[in-house]
Amino acid sequence: MSLGPYASFIVTAYALVAIVLVLLIVWVAIDYRSQTRRLRELDESGVTRRSGRSATERS
Amino acid sequence: MSLKTMSLIDLANPTKFLALTARVLPWLAAITAFLLAIGLYQSAMAPDDYQQGATVKIMFIHVPNAWLSMFVWGVMSVAALGTLVWRHPLADVAAKAAAPIGAAFTFLALVTGSLWGRPMWGTYWEWDARLTSVLILFLMYLGLMALWRAVEDPSRAARAAAVLTLVGAINLPIIKFSVDWWNTLHQPASVFRIGGSTLDRAFLIPLLVMAIAFTLLFLTLHLAAMRNEILRRRVRSLQMMQANRQAA
Repeated sequence: MSLGPYASFIVTAYALVAIVLVLLIVWVAIDYRSQTRRLRELDESGVTRRSGRSATERS
Repeated sequence: MSLKTMSLIDLANPTKFLALTARVLPWLAAITAFLLAIGLYQSAMAPDDYQQGATVKIMFIHVPNAWLSMFVWGVMSVAALGTLVWRHPLADVAAKAAAPIGAAFTFLALVTGSLWGRPMWGTYWEWDARLTSVLILFLMYLGLMALWRAVEDPSRAARAAAVLTLVGAINLPIIKFSVDWWNTLHQPASVFRIGGSTLDRAFLIPLLVMAIAFTLLFLTLHLAAMRNEILRRRVRSLQMMQANRQAA
């Protein structure tokens, strides 16, 4: 596969898309860990939801 | 609860939404990864265009990002109606979770378009109607994200953001039809147009596969981000309960 004289533009475009999408996925994953950790800490300190369920209970 | 017995109304309940998405997300992520791999392979193997040469490969990532930049705002506009008209408990969650993802797709549409424009048009940027209206869309995404961060009370932020989102939706037809209404450097629609696509199948098929893969990627990230937002609001209400208990 030859990318011709404009290979640097093509490679930069694909690399940028890959970097931004990976950052987006990592951000969502880190955010999930952060929220579940905070819920666990609240659960351990005895705070329960109005329904009586534990803070970490998701269903 | 089985998927069959879970109705759409049940999804209005955040707890049930969390339970359902926990089961759906791994499958959705796997299908997305599979389709992305096929799309990338087809993009790599696609022939050079007789005018654009190999730079046509940038189209396979530029067009899906551009399509999603508008689609995500469309999703947020429906969610905004859900907030203002039906007061659906997940509507604002859906809109808030979609905004950063939409901003990322819009940013990528602008950057990949510039990287295609430099070798093909001889310039990275031109203040024509299509490019300028997409830049405005990107700035509107950033403005909405700033609004959600600036207003501490989620319900107040939700209403203000919903109104802004619906006002911003005026930009969507402007983006779509800018190439028809004004004399722009950007080419007119070539995929979804009256009379059918003008693209050869060798380019159309990889483009459609990539567009579906990117749409599924958005759906996956959106559902995951919605789950995070529900958990964040649960943390906030529990922290307030804890503070009230300590104050009493």
